[in-house]
Amino acid sequence: MEPVAIIGVGQTAFSSNRKDQTYADLVYEATAAALSDARLSIANIDNIVTASNDFFDGRTISSMAVGDACGAAFGGGKSISTVEGDGTFAAFYGLSRILSGNYDTTLVVAHSKSSEGDLRLLTNAFFDPLTERSLGLDWVSSAALQARVFLREKNIGNIECGNVIVKNRANGAKNPKAHLRKPLTIDEALRSPLLASPLKETDVCPSSDGAAAIILASKSFAQKKSERPIWVRGVGLCADAPLGERNLAESKALRLAARQAYQMAGIDNPTAQIDLIELSEQFSYQELLWLEELNYRNLNRVNLSGGCLSAHAWIASGLVRMIEASLQLRGQASNQISNAKRAVAHGQYGLCGQSHAVWVLEN
Amino acid sequence: MNEILTHSSRIKVPYTWSAGEALSRFFKALRDEQKILGSRCLKCRKVYVPPKKTCGTCFVECSEWLEVGPSGTLISFSQASYPSPAHRVLKPLFGLIRLEGSDTSFLHMLGETNLQSLKIGVKVLPVFAEKRVGSILDIAYFKVVS
Amino acid sequence: MKRTAIVGCGQTDHNGNRFDVTGIELIHEAVSRALEDADLTMEDIDGVVIGNMDHFEGINGVELWSISGNGGILKPTIKLTTGGTTGSTLAIGGYHLTASGLFNKLLVIGWEKNSESDTTGAITTAFDPVWDRLVFAGAISGLAVEASAYMKKFGVTEKDAARAVIRDRKHAVKNPHAHLRREVTIEEVLRAPLLSDPIKALDICPRTDGACAVIFANEDYAEKICPKPAWILGAANRHPYAYLGDVDWYPLKSLVLASQELYAKLGIKEPLKEINLMELYTPYSFANLSWIEALGLAKPGEGAKLIWDGVTDAGGSLPINLSGGVLSTNPIGATGLIRAAECAHQIMGRAGERQAQGVKKALSTGFGGCFWSDILIYGSEKPS
Repeated sequence: MEPVAIIGVGQTAFSSNRKDQTYADLVYEATAAALSDARLSIANIDNIVTASNDFFDGRTISSMAVGDACGAAFGGGKSISTVEGDGTFAAFYGLSRILSGNYDTTLVVAHSKSSEGDLRLLTNAFFDPLTERSLGLDWVSSAALQARVFLREKNIGNIECGNVIVKNRANGAKNPKAHLRKPLTIDEALRSPLLASPLKETDVCPSSDGAAAIILASKSFAQKKSERPIWVRGVGLCADAPLGERNLAESKALRLAARQAYQMAGIDNPTAQIDLIELSEQFSYQELLWLEELNYRNLNRVNLSGGCLSAHAWIASGLVRMIEASLQLRGQASNQISNAKRAVAHGQYGLCGQSHAVWVLEN
Repeated sequence: MNEILTHSSRIKVPYTWSAGEALSRFFKALRDEQKILGSRCLKCRKVYVPPKKTCGTCFVECSEWLEVGPSGTLISFSQASYPSPAHRVLKPLFGLIRLEGSDTSFLHMLGETNLQSLKIGVKVLPVFAEKRVGSILDIAYFKVVS
Repeated sequence: MKRTAIVGCGQTDHNGNRFDVTGIELIHEAVSRALEDADLTMEDIDGVVIGNMDHFEGINGVELWSISGNGGILKPTIKLTTGGTTGSTLAIGGYHLTASGLFNKLLVIGWEKNSESDTTGAITTAFDPVWDRLVFAGAISGLAVEASAYMKKFGVTEKDAARAVIRDRKHAVKNPHAHLRREVTIEEVLRAPLLSDPIKALDICPRTDGACAVIFANEDYAEKICPKPAWILGAANRHPYAYLGDVDWYPLKSLVLASQELYAKLGIKEPLKEINLMELYTPYSFANLSWIEALGLAKPGEGAKLIWDGVTDAGGSLPINLSGGVLSTNPIGATGLIRAAECAHQIMGRAGERQAQGVKKALSTGFGGCFWSDILIYGSEKPS
């Protein structure tokens, strides 16, 4: 693959209710931040990929409401498309648009306002309407089924999950964009009330409002116009069967997505060769499960931003992982580690992590 | 200027989903015979419950039908302690059940039990609803058998 | 960067109510037919792209819900959706993703089971919840305003529009996949019940259940799979937002801009002469007149003349909608992709009874959102 660069990143602050801004306003805010970060104007962007979800936005053709906020109408209009799914999937399509030779600069933007709908109903709609939906499950209660299987099979206890929460919340406390910015003690994590056994309240990510944007550029554009490009060296996507048809203690889809991305980037020893990982963990157990499939053992280098357990604006979440990984590689992260050269950013979508995206980024 | 107004509304669109041939047969067996049917992939021999018309992995028809269960093994379970407009009862117990003869796990509710008495691996049996209409709720819930 | 072609297409038997299948099974039917058309199996496919409009079936995460039917298990699986333009967005996406070299053989699926919901109720939720949603209902009202403005501006008549309806409906008779396969007369069109003046029941597309699957392959594989692949020469689109009250009603600006961009890129100066066949996403009769003006086929107000002269009929010099078009079949998320599949099959010589002769360049469009347009151009010759 010809290298493509991330030349601009922007994100809003995440919080439980951004009532002050419509979701189009949030998209504008993230887009403007990414453009300013790249020292470009909207005129330099030749195409756009948005990520949105009609259910979460309560609107058919939800892309229609955000197009103009990210430049779809600028200068007579730009080529624009919309991926429904996590922002990392939109970024993948954005990347392909550049690699196709048709475009030099793709703006990828994703948003969610978790506060505006009822997530229990909206995620209940992920289930088959004939055979499952009327049972009443949602993203939390189905994940609880996965958590129980995984924790038992791998003999993982509350302490290990609690440690993930404590680590991510401590990191989140240092991140000015994060939604939850108060560190949590292990006692608080362990004493937190049950939400859906075995998941406790603190095991579950917050539901946040916010938006995120990145600007991808072709090699020639990035070399000419960017002072600090972050290079995409590998990317892999993979989806799995519905949750009743797979072993929930593992994620074959993530394993395959990682294999593809690692192979492209020439990684054969992830723990030694990757300096940090930004992971999409909606629940504490998922960080442990996803890391097994990513074959990464250095827990302290995971979710230095605080991860999804500190801020989770659904569709925007994976793009935030790419942004935070890029900031680490640029030496500009809120919780900066020294000498970061290579990072992995991960996105997921669907129930119990049905679909995954893995990106390998280098400075 | 600090006052931000909101606009409340709801989307209410009626839906009628066709069950197609395969699921119609499954639901009719629940309704009329209190039996749970699965379908087997002709290539990989995997038995799907609920039945599928075609196998997602092999991409061929699952045209061999068989009765599965009624007993099954509990693969996983949970109790939602929070309220939800999607729940049918307060604090529902959910189970992932591997019915005897099936290769997939079946999502349903658990009843006549409580969270403390549940364990992965226990045997469960379906309890059928008295009034059955040809839907997944023709099974009221699964109960634990000793 | 790889040159990219369509190498196989499959469509369901489109119908007003495919009650015999679930959405997943409907998708599988189209996918199986596309694989058969390309003589490939699912194992040959590297990834799946699928699209529809969420609120027409009420299913969140359709790419994952339908994975058993769409072939995406343990493959990259992506959903694209942009409303009415979903199908053409899918075709454009299939092109980009394959041309990127990230996929060798990519399966692209558009589908809709419109029978499962209240289409107008669902479309209404597209519009701004505070402003438009309360006053505009569904798709027809906006189109009626466009038609009225067009008639007033150029003196175009309802009879002119009816002539375009009878063309599409006549073409559909030869398309075994089409939903409405009965010819209609101008009198029938004019006498049909009024929906939203000047649009009458036969002026507008039906609601259809159907799916379409298209296989894209890059230059390393295309000719091995298909003796006459349909090469993608380029694509363009415009999706700006407008409150419906602000729309410029003539010409269809998004189509003017998108087609001018693509013509310029491909060096096309006289589309009427240089393109041999078109499949246009024209969801109502008047669009068949005014939007071909936007495409540069006729001067403003002169689209009707081209239609009456038979230029766009089967056997004419630029046949349009040999499939029967959207007026005969409209499974919304599939509609734009069907246009691509029909162009591809015409280039491959696989269009059966509706086959046109000597198709070297074909053009398809998509329409949706708030007066958005997508456009693709295909060629029989591998681009240099």
